[in-house]
Amino acid sequence: MVEIVIFSTLNGLVTGLLLFMLASGLTLIFSMMGILNFAHASFYMLGAYFAYSVSLFLGFWPGLIVAPLLVGVLGALVERYGLRYVHKSGHVAELVFTFGLAFFIEELVQFAWGKETKNYQQPEILDFPLFTLFGQNFPAYKGFMIFISIAIFIGLYQVITRTRIGLIIQAAISHPNAVSSLGHNVPLIFMGAFGVGTALAGVAGVIAGPVLTTFPGMALVLGSIVFVIVVVGGLGSLTGALIASLLIGLLQSYAIALEFAVNDLLALFDISFDADHFLNDLWTLSLPQIAPVLPYLLLVLILIFRPTGLLGKRET
Amino acid sequence: MAKVRGLLVWIASLAVLLLLPGLFDSVLSLSILNQMGITIIFALSYNMLLGQGGMLSFGHAVYFGLGGFMAVHSLNYIEAEVFSLPVILLPLIGGLFGLLFAVFIGSFSTRRAGTVFAMISLGIGEMIAACSLIFVGFFGGEEGISGDRTMAPEFFGFDFAQDLEVYYLIAGWVFVATLLMYLFSQTPAGRIANAVRDNPERAEFIGYSQRMVRFISFCGAGFFAGVAGGLFAINYEILTEENLNAITSGNVLLMTYIGGTGVFVGPIVGAVLLTLLQTVLSNYTELWQLYVGLLFVATVMFMPAGLTGVLMIHTVAWKNGRLRQLILPYITVGVPAFVLLCAIVGLLEMLQFYRHGVVGEHEMTLFFVSVDTSSVWPWIVTLLIAATAGYLVKALTPRLLSAWASANAPLERAKT
Repeated sequence: MVEIVIFSTLNGLVTGLLLFMLASGLTLIFSMMGILNFAHASFYMLGAYFAYSVSLFLGFWPGLIVAPLLVGVLGALVERYGLRYVHKSGHVAELVFTFGLAFFIEELVQFAWGKETKNYQQPEILDFPLFTLFGQNFPAYKGFMIFISIAIFIGLYQVITRTRIGLIIQAAISHPNAVSSLGHNVPLIFMGAFGVGTALAGVAGVIAGPVLTTFPGMALVLGSIVFVIVVVGGLGSLTGALIASLLIGLLQSYAIALEFAVNDLLALFDISFDADHFLNDLWTLSLPQIAPVLPYLLLVLILIFRPTGLLGKRET
Repeated sequence: MAKVRGLLVWIASLAVLLLLPGLFDSVLSLSILNQMGITIIFALSYNMLLGQGGMLSFGHAVYFGLGGFMAVHSLNYIEAEVFSLPVILLPLIGGLFGLLFAVFIGSFSTRRAGTVFAMISLGIGEMIAACSLIFVGFFGGEEGISGDRTMAPEFFGFDFAQDLEVYYLIAGWVFVATLLMYLFSQTPAGRIANAVRDNPERAEFIGYSQRMVRFISFCGAGFFAGVAGGLFAINYEILTEENLNAITSGNVLLMTYIGGTGVFVGPIVGAVLLTLLQTVLSNYTELWQLYVGLLFVATVMFMPAGLTGVLMIHTVAWKNGRLRQLILPYITVGVPAFVLLCAIVGLLEMLQFYRHGVVGEHEMTLFFVSVDTSSVWPWIVTLLIAATAGYLVKALTPRLLSAWASANAPLERAKT
């Protein structure tokens, strides 16, 4: 049992922190511009593919630098020449635009790299077990993932709370009109934030590519989950996003690890049903089965009962 | 007069629906027509939310899929003689089941519009899609649920074994559903839905609960999506998880938006166009989804009102009698723009062939011309064509814009 708890916690931590890297950029963009960027996970996918292509020629480490930069520039371009143009048609048009972009990027990736899974490998230096507990290895690469995510959280937090740019960003989150009245170039800040946000998604892609496999559907797998985190964590709250990411990560890894079913619960009360009962699917429902549903259940419940999210101050 | 003209439009569209199989009578075109009919109802029901109610939904396939699943289950019950019902009424069961779920989900999701509504619809969509792999009894897991429409009692001698009979069944439902949805948009409830979409606060001031108004539109949309799902069940006799997941929800958003959300016929145009692209274009190129994506992004950026919206903005010039002034500028810009489009498509196809084609083969047919992708010339020529056409488009667009401005300028009053 202790073994399950420790490894579920570690795996949940890895997933949660990876999700946080995606969510941190998205929550910045969302809180400043009011746009839920559907294509955010697509930039994460582009990060993985760029890094794969770079790694073919130069190895893993240059990819870690080059790919996020490329993704960030691409993101800034999308903001400058796409989103800013669509902005005048209203929020729904923006949402639809990012949705179309996500669709388009997926097709583009299939066109450029093909439909099959890419053999994108973690670097050999990190290909050893970090430690062994109860006969199970914990790979060093996962430790590396944890390290990078925490470093990004600390760095981003410092930038936002300690620097002048961070101050302006914070102000732009709560009072965008006042900030532009004070003479700051808000569109430029938006472009920068969009670029940095997508670059962070790119970093997540580079790091997650070798573990979660690099294939054209990888954006779709994480796309909606990231929304859940941003909404659950609350508008513009980096800490909220961190808490929500860890919550979702742990929730999923525990739900997968713990094999409880409705049957077991009913057995406590001495109730049992025949296997051919027409509601049999309901009695045999187990935690691993409902694991994929949990984040969305959380999303809907939060939106109904606490639209500001866990730590947000403004409604979404 | 307007009423007579409206009636004539409906009679004409009914005649077209009845005559279409005479024009396109091959098995393939019949199946395309059937698919089109189903998608038309689905897209129109989606526009009750997006276009008329201002609610952006990312989970509309839920009601389509649930209605469809219920219809297939009903088919199986009819076959097992639990109860009896002619196939022609099956979409009604799908619709009622869709309505049931819409009542339940709408009761909490329509409290707010905008991003909150969009996110709730996304969450519900993902939840139901995930559930469909859990509750195997109802959703049939990965292989889905299938039925047999010919086992139902005959309806005036029709057992719907042939595609043509199914076509007439679908066409009938398309006509009835479209008429009902149009009439709904003309009722006070439909009108006030537009008001709530544009300015919920003002609608509240005149005494309407915005939540209630949204709820009614939402239920209507759920019902007609269920009807479309029921027709899908009759036509394909199988439903799988694919029919209610995010991809189907995305597709319906895509076609409604491309067709145009501001005009009632917009979703119909979108559904017909996208079904044609899906079924016909996919025979010619592997890249059709890339083109659909391009079309979608271009629509959102350059014509947010959709294809029908672009037509509608010509009404001013039409009423002013100045539409003729636009013909020449349209041709001078349109021809190079078309050439540019063809050149881009050509480049993409050549790239695709070069990278993923059969090893050792260099010859491909492009726009009826045989092209050798291993030599440099086709690439240079296509690039040159693209560059020239692009330059012409850029150079001629200002003229089009000024012609547009003069055609839409207010008419000068005749001096009295």
